[in-house]
Amino acid sequence: MMAADQNLIRAEKISRQYRLGETLIHAVNEISLEVTAGEFLALLGSSGSGKSTLLNLLAGLDRPTSGAIHVGGRNLGALDAEELARYRRDTVGMVFQSFNLLPRMTLEENVELPLRLAEVDHREREARVAEALERVRLGGRKRHRPSELSGGEQQRGALARALVNRPKILFADEPTGNLDSVNGEQILLLLQEIQSTLGMTVIMVTHERPLAERFTNRIVVLSDGRVVRDSAKELSEIRGKQ
Amino acid sequence: MKGRDLTELAARNLREAILRNSLTTLGVAVGVASLVAMLSLGVGLQTLASQRLNKSGLFDAVFVTSRRGMRGIGGPPQQQPKPAKVEGAKPLDQTAKQEFEKLPNVTEVYPQVRFLTEVRYAGNSYSANVLGLPESSRSTGAFDGITGKYFSSPTADEAILHADFAKELSPQVATLVGKDLVLRYAARQQKSTQDIAAEKDIDKQLDDMMSGGISIVSREKKLRIAGIIESDPSAGIAGFGGGRVFLPLRVAEELHPAQPNDVQEFVRAGGSSKAAYAALTVRAKSPKDVLKIEDAIKNMGFMTFSLLDATRSLRLVFTVFDLFLGLFGSLALTVASLGIINTLVMAILERRREIGVLKALGATDGDVRSLFFAEAGAMGLLGGVFGVALGWLIGQALTWGTTLYLRRQDLPGVKISYVPWWLALSAVAFAVVVSLIAGLYPAGRAARLNPVEALRYE
Repeated sequence: MMAADQNLIRAEKISRQYRLGETLIHAVNEISLEVTAGEFLALLGSSGSGKSTLLNLLAGLDRPTSGAIHVGGRNLGALDAEELARYRRDTVGMVFQSFNLLPRMTLEENVELPLRLAEVDHREREARVAEALERVRLGGRKRHRPSELSGGEQQRGALARALVNRPKILFADEPTGNLDSVNGEQILLLLQEIQSTLGMTVIMVTHERPLAERFTNRIVVLSDGRVVRDSAKELSEIRGKQ
Repeated sequence: MKGRDLTELAARNLREAILRNSLTTLGVAVGVASLVAMLSLGVGLQTLASQRLNKSGLFDAVFVTSRRGMRGIGGPPQQQPKPAKVEGAKPLDQTAKQEFEKLPNVTEVYPQVRFLTEVRYAGNSYSANVLGLPESSRSTGAFDGITGKYFSSPTADEAILHADFAKELSPQVATLVGKDLVLRYAARQQKSTQDIAAEKDIDKQLDDMMSGGISIVSREKKLRIAGIIESDPSAGIAGFGGGRVFLPLRVAEELHPAQPNDVQEFVRAGGSSKAAYAALTVRAKSPKDVLKIEDAIKNMGFMTFSLLDATRSLRLVFTVFDLFLGLFGSLALTVASLGIINTLVMAILERRREIGVLKALGATDGDVRSLFFAEAGAMGLLGGVFGVALGWLIGQALTWGTTLYLRRQDLPGVKISYVPWWLALSAVAFAVVVSLIAGLYPAGRAARLNPVEALRYE
């Protein structure tokens, strides 16, 4: 029972293939992975290694060609489109490399968007938006549009949007990819803080090994769609030496 | 997503691409305007025709004649009663008139007083048919373009001339108004039995006895010309056309002119005729009452005729007319719906990434579809409302232009375009429905977008 609770995510031999003309691309090739609740996991790999595809599969944005993904005991493959959308809305938060804040909306409205989709009561929304923005230290910028914010602020705004529905798992796809080192570090500090204070599971895709080693507690290295190393133990050793 | 949130998001999206969406909405508005203008023209013309025809008295009148051998007015021969029934037929006299007046929904019963006369004006003689007009004829619309005035009172010694006849009297017809003319006509005179007995001239007494006391005498009547009209009011009121001089009915009755049926009545009664009418016109409250009144009068033993069937044909013609106008009007709206499809497909391309983000945040296919539907519906609603307003304006402009043209022709203005509330509401609803149908494909396409591919889109 205890083991089932701890393994929030369990991927069993999942594959994702694409057909590109005549060629069949194995973006993810029979990966099995278990993620414990509260982990801060980095999916590390070079471009085309399949890390973003794996993240999309775990986040319910895409479906595997074969294999099964169980999240909180639910098989994502058995969910229909609407149930999968509800999974993304209620269980998952997403942060992207290019922030993906909607340019027409203010920061506040962007953060409110998942609450609108979840049909949360109007009065409750205000409080939750304010709370999420305070958590990422953007309470004073809520009326600004994304174009009026710096890259770091935009990513923090995106993080607030991902947190506002109080998800169990936060997926971050190259969250520092478009940021300078200072802002990148700030984002990772925030992710670390969220993971530790809220007990949230964070799965982050990155190609920056030093940052992954510094902030996460587990690194899964991918290459050609396969897991080549799962270094949770190694990482604690590295930290011990530091 | 809740309806309010959906509306807010749709409104925001529409505002952001304001120029393109405004142009698309304008396209819908023009489509709806063309539809509304066309149909308002159809409705307006139908209303105008109905009003005119109703006012003319053609459709709310029942023409009654006696079954005593007089043919019904305009009725086909096979509808006439068989000669065997003629013997017991009732006379169309004062008693019958009073019975008709008592029938429900009857507003007026009046006789047809028509006679041939000689008109003397400025030393010349003219032959003319005279017709007595009831007071209700004032509202028939035939006097809308009158030169001069309608009769100053129902008993005024005044005449209204038909323009064709007036031209015979004087080329400057307007100068005739206020002038006097003299009618010379044959009057019916009936002596009582006492009067016949008191007659001292034995030859005259014998003549009177032979004729039942009825004699035809020549009389004159001086009348002032009150007005001149272009149209013929007698066509609707009495069932016959061809009146050239019109008098107030009461004045015409008091003249006791000899009527065509006098001789017939005299022969039938063997020389002891009572005054009877050639025909009576029974006016109903509205055309829908005509049928019942007609049946009631037929049951009393009289012959009737009405133009109710003609009204039904008229409705059919206008329904077909409206249908065609509506079809032509809808063409513009069809073109406008293509504009909506184009705008929304463009929006999908532009907002592909946004759709991806929405889906990543948990929007269902239904949410995305509803959002695009709401945008299409909003464009339809706005376009519909503006379109109705624009269509109404076009209709007003058409009415204004027509009135201007008619006034230049010395004719009264008419309202040829009419936008009833049902047309306005239907047009807006139609615009929304067409817009939603136009939004079906784009909304479906947006809903089906793969979020991963949509997020990858730059």
